[in-house]
Amino acid sequence: MARVRELHVNGAQRHINADPERTLLSVLRDDLDLTGTKYGCGEGQCAACTVLIDGQATKSCLTKVGTVAAKRIVTIEGLAPEGKLHPVQEAFLEADAMQCGYCTPGMILGAVALLERTPHPSDAEIVSGMNGHICRCGTYPRVVSAVRAAAKQGGRA
Amino acid sequence: MRRRDFFAALGGGIVVLLVDDSDAQESGGGGRRGTREALPQNLSAWLHIGETGMVTVYTGKVEVGQNARTSLTQAVAEELRAPVEQIRLVMGDTSLTPFDMGTFGSQTTPQMGPVIRRAAATARETLVDLASQKWMVERATVSIADGKVLSGSHRAGFGELTSGQKLTQTIPSSVALTPAAEWKVAGTSVAKVGGRDMVTGAHKYASDIKRPGMLHGKVLYPPQFGATLASLDRTAAEAMPGVKVVREDNFVGVTAPDAATAEKALAALRAEWKPVTAEASSKDVFAYYKKNSRDGAAENPHLTAYTVAYIAHVPLEPRAAVAEWHDDKLTVWTGTQRPFGVRSELSQNLKISEDRVHVIMPDTGSGYGGKHNGEAAYEAARLAYASGMPVQRNWTREEEMTWAYFRPGGLIEVHGTLNPDGTLATWEFHNYNSGPSALQTPYDVPHKSEHLHQSKSPLRQGSYRGLAGTANHFARESYMDELAHSIKMDPLEFRLQNARNERLRAVMEAAAQKFGWKNRQQTAGRGCGLAAGFEKGGYVAACAEVSVANGAVKVLRVVEAFECGAVVNPEHLRNQVDGAVAMGLGGALFEQIDFADNRILSDRLSRYRVPRFADMPAIESVLIDRKDLPSAGAGETPIMGIAPAIGNAIFEATGQRIRTMPMKLVG
Ligand code: FES
Ligand code: FES
Repeated sequence: MARVRELHVNGAQRHINADPERTLLSVLRDDLDLTGTKYGCGEGQCAACTVLIDGQATKSCLTKVGTVAAKRIVTIEGLAPEGKLHPVQEAFLEADAMQCGYCTPGMILGAVALLERTPHPSDAEIVSGMNGHICRCGTYPRVVSAVRAAAKQGGRA
Repeated sequence: MRRRDFFAALGGGIVVLLVDDSDAQESGGGGRRGTREALPQNLSAWLHIGETGMVTVYTGKVEVGQNARTSLTQAVAEELRAPVEQIRLVMGDTSLTPFDMGTFGSQTTPQMGPVIRRAAATARETLVDLASQKWMVERATVSIADGKVLSGSHRAGFGELTSGQKLTQTIPSSVALTPAAEWKVAGTSVAKVGGRDMVTGAHKYASDIKRPGMLHGKVLYPPQFGATLASLDRTAAEAMPGVKVVREDNFVGVTAPDAATAEKALAALRAEWKPVTAEASSKDVFAYYKKNSRDGAAENPHLTAYTVAYIAHVPLEPRAAVAEWHDDKLTVWTGTQRPFGVRSELSQNLKISEDRVHVIMPDTGSGYGGKHNGEAAYEAARLAYASGMPVQRNWTREEEMTWAYFRPGGLIEVHGTLNPDGTLATWEFHNYNSGPSALQTPYDVPHKSEHLHQSKSPLRQGSYRGLAGTANHFARESYMDELAHSIKMDPLEFRLQNARNERLRAVMEAAAQKFGWKNRQQTAGRGCGLAAGFEKGGYVAACAEVSVANGAVKVLRVVEAFECGAVVNPEHLRNQVDGAVAMGLGGALFEQIDFADNRILSDRLSRYRVPRFADMPAIESVLIDRKDLPSAGAGETPIMGIAPAIGNAIFEATGQRIRTMPMKLVG
């Protein structure tokens, strides 16, 4: 299969040279140095590796890079391009919704996608929408408040 | 390091050194100019105010998500009367920070907190000295507020006073600390230091570190614990471009220019292993502990047995390290709770002196007691040495869940008797293998015997948030519930009647009141439970409400009262309590390492369930702020009451007494 030469990431066309079978997670982290996308399990269980692909929250550890060559990818580094934080990022800081912060980039992108789909989620919708994300530090209640607060602020960039 | 090296490295300014051995303290008083003397031994922290006014504090403690970076920064801000933004903490770097045993046992707040406060208080007094000399004013007229030094019409930033200085100050023991009741910054909820880099993905964890020319390393592990390598065919792997295979006895690793090639090369190794016979599996391990007890087994036929399974820490960031050699010096970036411990581990294993090993610990993706050792660091160092290039060695989740260590499993046997009035008469408690934390009952019993029986563990075991505190609380607080029900007494009443300790009573009463214990309703399929305890300077009580339907337990609500002396940062304390409830719930209801044939069967998240959003109860915490008592750490004790509170609630809901952790309903 042809190698992947280009990827549209965070609003820019990036040149790569990758085997299409490789995971998007590894290409982002190792080839493009976008290390804000985290590895937690490699099997779709934790969502630490979440990125947005055409606006959809997607687990990059299960995504072959060959399948997203023509799509728009947003990683955590692309959420505040000019240094101005996205409302969801602000809300996470405000609610102190992190301890070690390792799950946080994935959580934030998951929440951004959730609020795009459901701008005013109930708590139950936040829980079911975010349930694929693991926070081993157990900041779940704070993440729920952060998402709730971001929704109140309009939630979108 | 010598004094002059400080200033060479840091620029001018003032440095406060904190010696933790009072015998070794130099006398206090004025600062000493001059840079000739060697540094005192037993330094526990140092603080530098540079010529720009920036304050940098050096401590061997590390940040693993418990917010030590923030709480220590707050302590400095408080004593120096400076804004949090003006303070930077350098943590856990073996070349820059003083030696530290490690970040565990909830010791950062009680030990490092006061040390750093002293250093900051001394720096503040030195600034006052400098100002009074410079402006030729009475010392008493000088004050500091919001990072500015003031006296009458004089006003200066810290940098204006420290610039041109090369002043070192060794701490006098007599520096007065700001009493907790007057805290302005400490004791409030300052936003997480470094939080912004976490929400933007900019923070570099150990697994994110890149070095020029860096290779990726993988290690071949045996299919069973203890199996030895019989033969290795490495031809296919070595034929791959850029791949190098390293073998030293049983250690086999590969390096490659990228992670994908390293993985392929690892898969291409053909190894044969000499199998070993397992001594125990997760099914029969509890009898195994008793059989292998080093000091024999209890004989009382009335003992009630409780069991606790091995569980995994599952830090969301698995072990990770980058190692780089320059000549015969090694630098390692790794996520660990014991950077100095890892330094000695590396020095011993690699047979090089400690001063040739530099361990740097970037704030890590959590630990919970699970990152005390330098496994990944050692592997990276060996591979980097063999390949002559920097090597990154990031563990996979499966490796983390197989080759790290576990929270010990345990068998606990209890027997207690009551006087006719419901007070405890005798108490006998045996813990096999899981450990001594919170072994002693905090209740009043005239005759008690409490024993830890060391045994053999078929799995590698080690530290975990709360250590054996969780296991011992589970057995004790479940059994206390059994005793209360045996005489038809309310479990809260029963405990209060047997507890004289005021702090213990206070948390029980606070939790029960907030929960509405006395007025709780009896509803079919629902139940409430209570547990309390004490460990590591903190008192905890938890009330839980559960519903049970179709054999599944859902925890609906948890109220937890916690008292650990003076509260340093209430928001972060609540955050720790929330986290402890979440983590405690996993071990109570579903976390369990299954193993057989010297293999881990639950070696990945699809086979090992950890708590998720949908598992979370409503959590309410009641913080009892005892400003008159020293602050104790809070990362651990709040986990201990959760499992027994849930178990006791399950009993109230179903009449089933479950004596195993995790608790699984039968039928
Ligand atoms: S790393 Fe992708 S889901 Fe866990
Ligand atoms: S904050 Fe540590 S895993 Fe979520």
